Amino acid sequence: MSGSVPSREVARRAFAAEFNDATYTFKESDDERAPVYSLLPSGQRANRVFVVATLTETEDVGEDSEYWRGRIVDPTGTFFAYAGQYQPEATAVLREVETPAYVAVVGKPRSYETDEGETNVSLRPESITVVDDATRNRWVVETADRTLGRIEGFDGADEYAAMAQTQYDPDLSVYRDQVIAALEDVEDDAEVTAEA
Amino acid sequence: MTDLRQHATEIREQFSDTLDVGVDEIESRLETLVSEYRVPIEEARRSVVSTYLDEADIERDELGGGTSESATVTDIDAAERWIDLTAKVVDLWEPGADSIAQVGLLGDETGTVKFTKWAKSDLDELAEGSVYRLGNVVTDEYQGRFSVKLNSSTTIEELDADIEVGDDATEVEGALVDIQSGSGLIKRCPEEDCTRVLQNGRCSEHGDVDGEFDLRIKGVLDDGTEIHEVIFNQESTEELTGITLEEAQQMAMDALDTEVVVEEMRGDVLGRYYRVAGPTLGRYVLANDIERLGAPTDAESVLIKARSI
Repeated sequence: MSGSVPSREVARRAFAAEFNDATYTFKESDDERAPVYSLLPSGQRANRVFVVATLTETEDVGEDSEYWRGRIVDPTGTFFAYAGQYQPEATAVLREVETPAYVAVVGKPRSYETDEGETNVSLRPESITVVDDATRNRWVVETADRTLGRIEGFDGADEYAAMAQTQYDPDLSVYRDQVIAALEDVEDDAEVTAEA
Repeated sequence: MTDLRQHATEIREQFSDTLDVGVDEIESRLETLVSEYRVPIEEARRSVVSTYLDEADIERDELGGGTSESATVTDIDAAERWIDLTAKVVDLWEPGADSIAQVGLLGDETGTVKFTKWAKSDLDELAEGSVYRLGNVVTDEYQGRFSVKLNSSTTIEELDADIEVGDDATEVEGALVDIQSGSGLIKRCPEEDCTRVLQNGRCSEHGDVDGEFDLRIKGVLDDGTEIHEVIFNQESTEELTGITLEEAQQMAMDALDTEVVVEEMRGDVLGRYYRVAGPTLGRYVLANDIERLGAPTDAESVLIKARSI
């Protein structure tokens, strides 16, 4: 529905490999408080994402104050999540959780330039919770489905697809292959569970 | 018959008493708007009708409906449609303007819809709780919400019957991505018929009061494409979190802080997938039925789709 009432941003679903490729960011108005969007190469803007994957490592990389980094691994790659004093709940989870663990993260994409001049994309969590493997597998299938939807619907007539075409000239078959690999991974997992 | 022809025929019938105009002419006006100017058909129809209203020098609500069809409340999915509705007056509100005779809510088995009755249409009074057969009402739409308007061509017939009004129940699913403020262990105003949630022990209507404890979650379900705001009342919050009102009060007492309850709840429910069903209240769905969604069931079909691209 359209309207002038500011509405909550949808949490997009993307695998780590595509998320980390989403280096281009933009705003849709000059307003200082306007939301910042990352552009997914498959042609969707993302101001928020939802991820369920395996937290494998946490480390306090802060110098003066606590600043935690979590490595969160899905079937295609690794999300890097950073949380500090302004994300007290997420920071507390990263400080206290025992790895490895399946975690659900709601967060915002953030990109920054490294000293080498490369753009890295990371995740600033709004919330992190520990979940079970069924939830993780549901996320993989859902994310596969949403990603396929974007690939299938990729059309220069769409604003964000056109933007992605200009910014990245993406090879969408790469993302399609990652989707297939991720789904095969879940299928194998389900078979193992069924046999056990 | 093409769609445009159908619309043109309907418009012709609406003006049959007042104007001598041919279906071909109407169709070509619609055609110009739709094909050349890319106007959606509903807007095109509205615009063409306006032209003929000017020509005939009559007001929109004096217009006949032409052929109006029997419909139920959930059938209403477009503006400017002439329908017959058999419905019960569920609620009457105070009209906000002198031009409105009556305004309120009509309901049938499928749901409820707002209605407006204009003062100048000079129609019989509708009584709350009564069931009527309303002929020739016209639908309207504002920001995605539909309503019906009673006009001077509307017929009103009271029926000796009752209708069990449907509650617009809906079903939504997704990951629970946020719990909004005002969730967890809350206090409500104890005054009769006032259930306002207290802010710092104060009711916005009754001032400082001794509140009564309650549990509630205002949450957001997100499926990656759209969001739905959901309210869990005490019973469904207990079901969702496994924390009872009594336990919540104990937790808050031990910690000398009610916030500990919602913090605990966040850890229990955020990031999980749910399907909830219940009536809608404004922008919220009231979660009467809750189902936790576990392992995926559609991995294979999504895989087949992926391989086919």
